[in-house]
Amino acid sequence: MKLAIRHLSLRLHQFTLGVDVDIQHARTAIFGPSGAGKTSLLETIAGLRKPDSAKISFNGQLFDDSGRNYSLPVRLRRLGYVPQYDSLFPHLSVQRNLLYGSNRKPKDHTLEFHHIIDFLEIGHLLDRHVHSLSRGENQRVVIARALLSAPQLLLLDEPLTSLDAKLKNAILEQLQALHSEFGIPVLFVTHDPAEAIAICEEVLLLQAGRITARSNPAELLG
Amino acid sequence: METVVTLPLVLPPVATGLVLLKMFGRRGPIGHFLSQHFDVDVVFTWRAVVLAAAVMSFPLLARSARVGFQGVDQRLEQIARTLGASDMRVFFTITLPLASRGIAAGIVLAFARAVGEFGATIVVAGNIPGKTTTLSLEIFSAVQLGHDASAYRLLVVCVVIAFSAVWLSEVLMKKRSMG
Repeated sequence: MKLAIRHLSLRLHQFTLGVDVDIQHARTAIFGPSGAGKTSLLETIAGLRKPDSAKISFNGQLFDDSGRNYSLPVRLRRLGYVPQYDSLFPHLSVQRNLLYGSNRKPKDHTLEFHHIIDFLEIGHLLDRHVHSLSRGENQRVVIARALLSAPQLLLLDEPLTSLDAKLKNAILEQLQALHSEFGIPVLFVTHDPAEAIAICEEVLLLQAGRITARSNPAELLG
Repeated sequence: METVVTLPLVLPPVATGLVLLKMFGRRGPIGHFLSQHFDVDVVFTWRAVVLAAAVMSFPLLARSARVGFQGVDQRLEQIARTLGASDMRVFFTITLPLASRGIAAGIVLAFARAVGEFGATIVVAGNIPGKTTTLSLEIFSAVQLGHDASAYRLLVVCVVIAFSAVWLSEVLMKKRSMG
């Protein structure tokens, strides 16, 4: 994969996010302290934030080009976005949440659907209402929903935050196997070195809106 | 636009009725147009009753629905877009269902206001027995004529309608929250 971010500039409260980077590893972490601009960077790639200036492309497909005042609509980017906040649709069942991005009816389950459901071990949750899910179940359903929309890149924004250690380890194992199982590249935002080391091939260190270092996780964070 | 919609809420109902009378009367701009091109008379017909009730109750529906729409978490709409949904699909599958409580509450309030409408209706529709008499106008007539028993019977009808409306809205909202 090749995610090319050129001359990205986005004014935030305390600093300006300024990023110029090519991301080529299929499992890359954006690592940095809270408030470093990690989520803003991810939201800009997803098209949820309009940068002051940027040229962003993924595998040759242009996402943003402020010079030409061009921005590809969010729905056409085909990016699976898993945010930090609770993002399940509260008025839909787990099953309807899962199928929202795949445009299928609940009875039209595909092999891919069963594969993802089995992989994330959420088969028993399908008929549940989202309000009844635990935090860990909730996160697994959000990840499954993103996978079912057939994304070309998965953007994970601190998906393990606020989980207890046991749950964190369980989901961490699933995230480790995610790329090999489904072949979808992952861009993973975290402030936990252990998570970055466990999941990613490369780490970009983001501090106050700038990428100050990049290397393999063990070398940079170990 | 918002000011125009809200105006009937703050104007005396009789004044709103007078504005409607001037607009929809045969010599009024809208009334003249309707009469000439569609052969439709509005004032002192059942249409005037509907018009008065709609104009007087619409601000309550609009304000309540607006609060409902403002309460929808825009981040969920964004997430729906990342899942490939068009703006129209986002509106009908995320925004509208999540705002439905506000809309339902607005419909109930507007309905209750419409049932109780008096001032604008009597100006623009009159009180023609069997033609433009509403519940409120009939209660007024009964009290004026000293027909207390008839007035109390109609009062009970009002209470039953109001109770049923509130009950129905609560049932609908409960169904919605259960998905």
